[in-house]
Amino acid sequence: MTQPRKLTKWLVVLVLLHGIVVAAGFFAPYDPIEQDREHPYFPPMHIHTIDAHGHLHVRPFFYPLRLREGSFDQYEEDTTTTVPLIFFDRGARYHLLSFIPFRLHLFGTAGARIYLLGSDAYGRDQLSRILYGGQVSLLAGLLGAGVTLFLGALVGMAAGYYGGWRDELLMRFAELFLALPWLYLLFALRAFLPLAVSPLEAFLLVVVVIGMVGWARPARLVRGVVLSVKERDFVRAARGFGASNIYLLRRHILPETASVLFTQAAILVPQFVLAEMTLSFLGLGVPEPMSSWGNLLATLQQYNVLVSYWWMYLPALAIVPFFLGYLSLASALQERTSPYKIEEKTSWNLS
Amino acid sequence: MRYFLRRTLHAVFLLFGVSLLTFLFSALTPGNYFDEMRLNPQISQETVAALRAQYQLDRPLPVRYAHWLKAAVRGQLGFSFAYNSPVAPLLWVRARNTLLLTITATFLSWLLALPLGVWSASKFGRAPDRVLSSATAALLVIPDLALALGLLILAVRTGWFPTGGLVSLSFDELSAFQKIRDLALHMALPVTALVLATLPMLIRHVRASVAEVLDAPFLRAAQGHGIPHRKLLYSYALRAAANPLISLFGFSVGTLLSGSLLVEVVMSWPGLGPLLLESILARDLYVVIGSVLFSMIFLVGGNLFADLLLYWADPRIRAAASAK
Repeated sequence: MTQPRKLTKWLVVLVLLHGIVVAAGFFAPYDPIEQDREHPYFPPMHIHTIDAHGHLHVRPFFYPLRLREGSFDQYEEDTTTTVPLIFFDRGARYHLLSFIPFRLHLFGTAGARIYLLGSDAYGRDQLSRILYGGQVSLLAGLLGAGVTLFLGALVGMAAGYYGGWRDELLMRFAELFLALPWLYLLFALRAFLPLAVSPLEAFLLVVVVIGMVGWARPARLVRGVVLSVKERDFVRAARGFGASNIYLLRRHILPETASVLFTQAAILVPQFVLAEMTLSFLGLGVPEPMSSWGNLLATLQQYNVLVSYWWMYLPALAIVPFFLGYLSLASALQERTSPYKIEEKTSWNLS
Repeated sequence: MRYFLRRTLHAVFLLFGVSLLTFLFSALTPGNYFDEMRLNPQISQETVAALRAQYQLDRPLPVRYAHWLKAAVRGQLGFSFAYNSPVAPLLWVRARNTLLLTITATFLSWLLALPLGVWSASKFGRAPDRVLSSATAALLVIPDLALALGLLILAVRTGWFPTGGLVSLSFDELSAFQKIRDLALHMALPVTALVLATLPMLIRHVRASVAEVLDAPFLRAAQGHGIPHRKLLYSYALRAAANPLISLFGFSVGTLLSGSLLVEVVMSWPGLGPLLLESILARDLYVVIGSVLFSMIFLVGGNLFADLLLYWADPRIRAAASAK
């Protein structure tokens, strides 16, 4: 496949994936913090079209679950009643893009609640929580990457453009950040920030912490580009015409660093989503009742959950398609910027 | 020798910088270990003030740093408020466990990555290479958190491996052989998680750098001379491709340390990771600084080892070093 097509393909995939998460309210059947204490740890339910008597139903349906006889935590399908799915149902209120009030859901049910991916300890729907949790995790990753790239571009341009002792100082500082294992750095930063905060503050804190961790690599790359660009003729010409440093940096040098920044963004976003997940998983990030992919997994730290309720692991897999999308985008971008490709060097082989 | 000296100096500079950096972060801390004590009506304000004075938290930051640095050079890394004991011995035990895990994982992942990468490169672009490349790509998109948790669930549900801890409760009663077996069983899960997390990256790099070398004329000449295929790949191609791989080795130590932090917490391995997390939650300042510093020492150690290896493997660097 040619490179531009590959690039477009993965961009489309990513836009679709993010679209699903942005429109979580529509795809999720329930409110993510709505509890149903009667139904803790319900296993995932199956959607049927053929019932127990062999009859075909036009409308897909599911069987509500009931406790298996003589058991206190094993469920089985109660085949005496069928509960049909209602598509484009008017269910719980939510806000699309968090400000447009909406009630339309992709599907819903009349009567019994459906748990396609099971329910958690409070009977909250896992599917809804994963979808809404994605909003938090992805936003944290995107904003974190934004902060990092801003810092990286700033430091990189300053170091590359002004050179001399400033360059030396900034790059030595960057080296420190590069050298530290990034998770230790993340933890060290988090360690010295307040622990007990409101969910929104916690979220912003996570973004800031994540954003502060990774700036060194983009800064070095940007510096490299700036070093070569600032000697190019068009920059010299502009300087000859009396352009100021700030103008030169903004108008002529910053655009040249765009491809490096975009590639770095595609690499950093999934890494930072994972950073948010790690922090929240360990209880240092976004707190309950807000859901994020990380704190959804936190229940797995309890041994009984780990043993009995395998569907609590599903949030961990939610990130995999995003990882795939971003990494493929990154490699497509890299191929575009550096035409050197190992794949083309197959002219001669040892065999 | 001068080459090695320069690298050591660089390492010391890094360690110094990291300690300074963590101290600076700590200056931003709103609150410390004794703040909670202050809220406790049973402890008088004078006691809290006295404790703060004892641990010198009431002194300005540069003084504290100088004091800490002076002690650190002598191997004393401050005092843990939560454990009520010096930090250094506390860290040593944990660091030993972390080292056990990371060294084993580093060793195993390179042991697997080298032959797989070389094999993949020798079949470049054909079916085996494609299969292996897709496998590494698939592993690459599974984040290590998901990997570790998945392995843990697998272990819990099958009961094949013990979950959590360094050794079994009955460790002291076992014979020497059983002790080793017990430890190995406990290590199996975290080591597998770490190896699987680093393996795809390593294989890809080995493959890329060996494939690049395979094009070189000297290898074609060697092949023309009828040198056996295996010898060609492992002692000619691999050696020529060693330079970027050895740099990668230094880098892989860092990735493994980060991965280890997470895996240790998930699988409750008593290493630096859980200690660091605990100390963050308890605001145990010196333990945090100590753990970060320890991880840094490992990393710097790994990089120094890589530098030595490079010096030994690459005649160009030896020549450059002796020319100076």
